[in-house]
Amino acid sequence: MTVMPVEGVLSLIWLLIALPLAGAVILLFTGRQSNKWGPYLGVLTVVSSAVLGILMLIAMLDLPVEDRTITQVAYQWVFAGQFTVDVAFQLDQLSLVFVLLITIVGSLIHIYSLGYMAHDPDKRKFFGYLNLFVAAMLLLVLANNYLLLYVGWEGVGLASYLLIGFYQAKKSAAAAAKKAFIINRVGDVGLSLAIMLMFVTFGSVTFSDVFGSATNASEGTLTALGLLLLLAAAGKSAQFPLQAWLLDAMEGPTPVSALIHAATMVTAGVYLIARSNVIYNNAEIAATAVIVVALITIYMGAVIASAKDDIKKSLAGSTMSQIGYMMLAVGLGPIGYVFAIFHLLTHGVFKAGLFLGAGSVMHGMNDEVNMRRYGALRTVMVITFITFMAGYLAIIGIPPFSGFWSKDEIVHAAFERNVFIGTATVLAAGITGFYMTRMVAMTFFGKKRWEPDVHPHESPKIMTIPLIILAIGSTLLGMALLFWGNIESWLEPVVGYESQPTPLPTSAYIVITLVVVIIGAIIGWITYARREVPIVAPRGNWLTRAARKDLYGDAVNHAIVVAPTNYAARSLVWFDSRIVDGFVNGSAAVVGGLSGRLRRTQSGFIRSYALSMVGGAVLVIVALVLVRI
Amino acid sequence: MNPSNYIILASLLFTIGAVGVLVRRNAIIVFMSVELMLNAANLAFVAFARMNGNLDGQTVAFFVMVVAAAEVVVGLAIIVTVFRTRQSASIDEPNLLKY
Repeated sequence: MTVMPVEGVLSLIWLLIALPLAGAVILLFTGRQSNKWGPYLGVLTVVSSAVLGILMLIAMLDLPVEDRTITQVAYQWVFAGQFTVDVAFQLDQLSLVFVLLITIVGSLIHIYSLGYMAHDPDKRKFFGYLNLFVAAMLLLVLANNYLLLYVGWEGVGLASYLLIGFYQAKKSAAAAAKKAFIINRVGDVGLSLAIMLMFVTFGSVTFSDVFGSATNASEGTLTALGLLLLLAAAGKSAQFPLQAWLLDAMEGPTPVSALIHAATMVTAGVYLIARSNVIYNNAEIAATAVIVVALITIYMGAVIASAKDDIKKSLAGSTMSQIGYMMLAVGLGPIGYVFAIFHLLTHGVFKAGLFLGAGSVMHGMNDEVNMRRYGALRTVMVITFITFMAGYLAIIGIPPFSGFWSKDEIVHAAFERNVFIGTATVLAAGITGFYMTRMVAMTFFGKKRWEPDVHPHESPKIMTIPLIILAIGSTLLGMALLFWGNIESWLEPVVGYESQPTPLPTSAYIVITLVVVIIGAIIGWITYARREVPIVAPRGNWLTRAARKDLYGDAVNHAIVVAPTNYAARSLVWFDSRIVDGFVNGSAAVVGGLSGRLRRTQSGFIRSYALSMVGGAVLVIVALVLVRI
Repeated sequence: MNPSNYIILASLLFTIGAVGVLVRRNAIIVFMSVELMLNAANLAFVAFARMNGNLDGQTVAFFVMVVAAAEVVVGLAIIVTVFRTRQSASIDEPNLLKY
């Protein structure tokens, strides 16, 4: 591939990453004194990256379609014989939409955090970690090879760990951070094995080399690669069976949940699979595995979201479910890739809005997260309420809000594949309608169920303005990307796009989905707005009880991984202390005991020494004589 | 005279000396027994020199005498010092250097 020389703003790809990275370094190394100005610096670096990203979009729109993949080498990183890896960036249509999502939503969340974290004594550290996250995430989407992507992949994992455990004095937060880190490690093993397999098979880990020669590799190799990458994606994107960490990750500050655990980092798995589309197009089994994992996760997430009373955990369940939709779409192949990215973008905006809205509610309610203690907040938090409603209508998919367009396209693509998958997505959309209506009804409608000493109030402007911008995005982004931005033809050169006929006309699916969603919403409304919501959660049916326990995700992990590991560790300790130490200590005791006896011969009497000398001499002589004879 | 008689005499003297070292407690007596053993060895050397018809044994005997003289100097000095500190010439008394 020839590298086209580029001038102007498109040659500044490195600066996109360098700005937030510099922010992170400055904030994390200047210490407490930067508490005063540090947060503003943190906002500034990300906003500058966002401006740069927008300028790049404008510059790229001027380029002809075939020149829109821009590769830049920063320096040669690994060189071992034939194998070389560069620190090189690849900016194409796919990376650019990610850059815009990360930097623009990231900027809004940074600004919101100025208000949310205003009274935190460690806010410079918070902004430093957020900047670190943005830098790592940009590296992840801008890398032109899997090894550099892996660096970004680990970087976001690190930032996620640091931010989940930001309230490190809280034991549950520290435990949640460790849990997220360890479960992510399982996925990372998949990615590192995939990279090794690529090296062995193709002798290179650059995207262009791997995809260029992917069709030459055997189907078995491609299937293995696909499954390993799926493992990596499942870890990062909280897909079954590595989903357990995401719900606990809500221990972190709410802006973190919005940025990392809703809008950007958890979608890295979708990016990975969409980026590796060539591999999945040639590995039917791996693509089917993606669909199966996605379908399981869609329903798990939806069920958990329907049962949780903690507003953030309910949103986290819905995030799992929505990312399941994206994974499903990438599993569908060329009919789904662009819509997965489309849904990823709209979801990134409206879910960030919903999380920040939840944060705003918590801010006014003394950090109460239990929705059974909310109620009737629409009158006291007008802006939060209206912006939350925009996010709500977007996620359940009511036209013309953004989620409608993207989810509808995924449902349609699923029906293009087969009726079963299509029906499953429609039903899940109905559950989405139910749980989101439940959340809105419990939070903003009904009667006041507040704790006696809580006086809810609207959040300051610095928090509501990002909410308003995200609400506008939730409303318009879908239409803007579909009609004005032409997302299919924009992404098609990178991920491919094709359409297949469906048994029914497109409008029929739209109507069916809408009807199901509205039925779900009505059920939710009748159950949680028309009736009194009890403050103490009722026992519920078996599914509710299971969902409150994250569908026994922790219990399963404990039974399959933790308990056997503990048992193995205990057995090894027993073997070490009894067998190995027994052998070592035993031989030492034998030698010690023997020498204790032997040293008694050193009596101190000269004559006994003389006797032993004589005896020894006699023995030697006798021996000599015997040998002679 | 048959030189082997001297060897027998030397053996007897050596045995007397060895038994003296093993059974007597007085340091001076032990010391004298050691001298007896050395001289028994000297006698044997000289006798063998005679039997072999060369002077090697006699030369060694001179060396032994020199070593014995040096040993007397060191040994007697030790015995005198021990006697001064412990008021005893018993060889079993100084037995502190042990296990």
